Amino acid sequence: MVTDTPVRVEEPAPLRRRLSAALFRHPRVRLVGLLTLPATWLVLVYLSALLSLLVTAFFTVDEFTGAVVRELTLDNVREVLTTPAYVGAAVRTVAIAATVTVLCVLLGFPMAFFMAKIAPPRSRNLLVALVVTPLWASYLVKVYAWQAMVQPETGLIAWLLTPFGLPGPGFGVTATVLTLTYLWLPYMVLPVYAGLERMPDSLLDASGDLGARPARTVRSVVVPLVWPSIVVGSVFTFSLSLGDYITVQIVGGRTQMIGNIVYQTYTSNLPFAAAIALIPVAIMVVYLALVRRTGALDTL
Amino acid sequence: MVGAHDQDGGTLAVRVRGLRKEFGDVVAVDGVDLDVRDGEFLTLLGPSGSGKTTVLRMIAGFELPTAGTVELGGVDVTRRAPFERDVNTVFQDYALFPHMSVLDNVAYGLRVRRVGRRERTQRALEALGSVQLGGFGARRPSQLSGGQRQRVALARALVNRPRVLLLDEPLGALDLKLREQMQVELKAIQRQVGITFVFVTHDQEEALTMSDRIAVFAGGRIEQVGTPADVYERPATPFVAGFVGTSNLLAGEAARQVVGRDGTWSVRPEKIRVEREDDGTGAAPDDRHGTRGTVREVVYVGSATRFVVDLDVGGTLVALQQNLQTSSMDVQGLRGARVRLTWRPEHEFRVADEASDPAVPVPDPVP
Repeated sequence: MVTDTPVRVEEPAPLRRRLSAALFRHPRVRLVGLLTLPATWLVLVYLSALLSLLVTAFFTVDEFTGAVVRELTLDNVREVLTTPAYVGAAVRTVAIAATVTVLCVLLGFPMAFFMAKIAPPRSRNLLVALVVTPLWASYLVKVYAWQAMVQPETGLIAWLLTPFGLPGPGFGVTATVLTLTYLWLPYMVLPVYAGLERMPDSLLDASGDLGARPARTVRSVVVPLVWPSIVVGSVFTFSLSLGDYITVQIVGGRTQMIGNIVYQTYTSNLPFAAAIALIPVAIMVVYLALVRRTGALDTL
Repeated sequence: MVGAHDQDGGTLAVRVRGLRKEFGDVVAVDGVDLDVRDGEFLTLLGPSGSGKTTVLRMIAGFELPTAGTVELGGVDVTRRAPFERDVNTVFQDYALFPHMSVLDNVAYGLRVRRVGRRERTQRALEALGSVQLGGFGARRPSQLSGGQRQRVALARALVNRPRVLLLDEPLGALDLKLREQMQVELKAIQRQVGITFVFVTHDQEEALTMSDRIAVFAGGRIEQVGTPADVYERPATPFVAGFVGTSNLLAGEAARQVVGRDGTWSVRPEKIRVEREDDGTGAAPDDRHGTRGTVREVVYVGSATRFVVDLDVGGTLVALQQNLQTSSMDVQGLRGARVRLTWRPEHEFRVADEASDPAVPVPDPVP
């Protein structure tokens, strides 16, 4: 059949394309599609678990049956705060976490600086992979490896120190700090590396050009600029150390951290364990508030 | 140590001898000798990868040379760190410290040299004033425009009153209007403060407008050092002729016929007069050299028109004519036309034949 004027036939677009086009025109619907799943997870699983912990801390246990009695009381919290052993464990835990964090900064910053500014650009990806490699190994295996390392007399460290007449660290706080530093170091190196890589090399040149020695450049230019990254790394290393209870059981000897006490009490007295578990939560809230006051989180 | 002097007895701000820099297998700078006189505005001009920035970075101390020496004011500083050299640098990306205010940026050099707070604030404010940024001290660099950041970088370097100011393509990131304005301002500031400027650029027009002298770089070497007029009117090598201006080379048979001599010769496009073959009185007047050809391309550039003419004797010449009487419509019709090109013999110049690696690309700068 021949027609005089060619008619442009509008084929109906396939359903998938029409759907995509409709989504394009309705940004709200798009947002709902994006966030429904994570929001459900956040509310049902994440927040509800945290809330039940918070509420449980104010319950108590029936002394005969061991069942949880749902009556609100401050007894648990009061006991935690007034028993020297628990306060001591809390202080010790914070001290260990802080030491681990400082060691991670002292070890991680030079590593990250080398990776971001000195190593040839081609080898940077390899170096990042090497830093991440330990994360592929099981946590338990790594901790047991450290148990072998710090073993008194037969351990590698003790063996290395014997010729100098020095004793090995043995099991205790030192071994715990060493092991935790080893475990969490990548969580410090990676954000600091990312922060340093974002910083233009010309800033280092400019500082030297204006008369600053390297130490001054680090203090006045590099550290202020990567401070947000250091803070992010410290949130990881500090909070991971704060909640740890397995490492300290394996290499800590008789050292008690908050995590141990929670672990030992939760079967017999869940509300009391919850009350103790509030300590690291409270510490992290204080820590984040302090960090926020430095302004480090504004520039993330 | 005795200060180095040039032939005229003036002191040398910078004296570079046999400078060489290798990065792995790549030779970035290959035996550079350079004298910069006190108070001079010297431009290192060349295409990217020609070694000009590396020479600047070796004067600043950011790179250590593989061989050769760098002297500042007669003192050998070849192995000294940047913070031990009396030079300051304006960086291509400005390199302002983003976590400091504009005032703190400018005062940084004074602060690390332990100048008292009151004096350094006063001097930093003065420096900001001298670049017309008086009221901007409290801002962060991120709150400034590109041109303003450029001025802060300049103030931050000048406030230290260095012996030599090094500028690494400082205008490269600015748009054309702002760049032209900054060229004039920069030159005025240099004249005012009397500090020696060593300026790196790949923009030949920028080099011609601002410099007292120009060093033209190619392939890690200096091809020619001279005043803008020297470099433009009497280029030493075909590369210089091509990079500073349009190359317009006449060689071999074409040279013999048109110029009447052997060798490679050149004429600047604006010196060439273009006439249609059929108007005029026939042969070229005796006082002008000339040749004939066919217009291959007509490029209208507003104030002027560029003609690319294929010569009958072989080769191509580019001629630039001011659009004094003509408009775009008139000149477009000349494509394919037969024309006669003439110029005064004194505008011919011979370019050395032996120099210049043929592998060095000869770019075609915008007229």
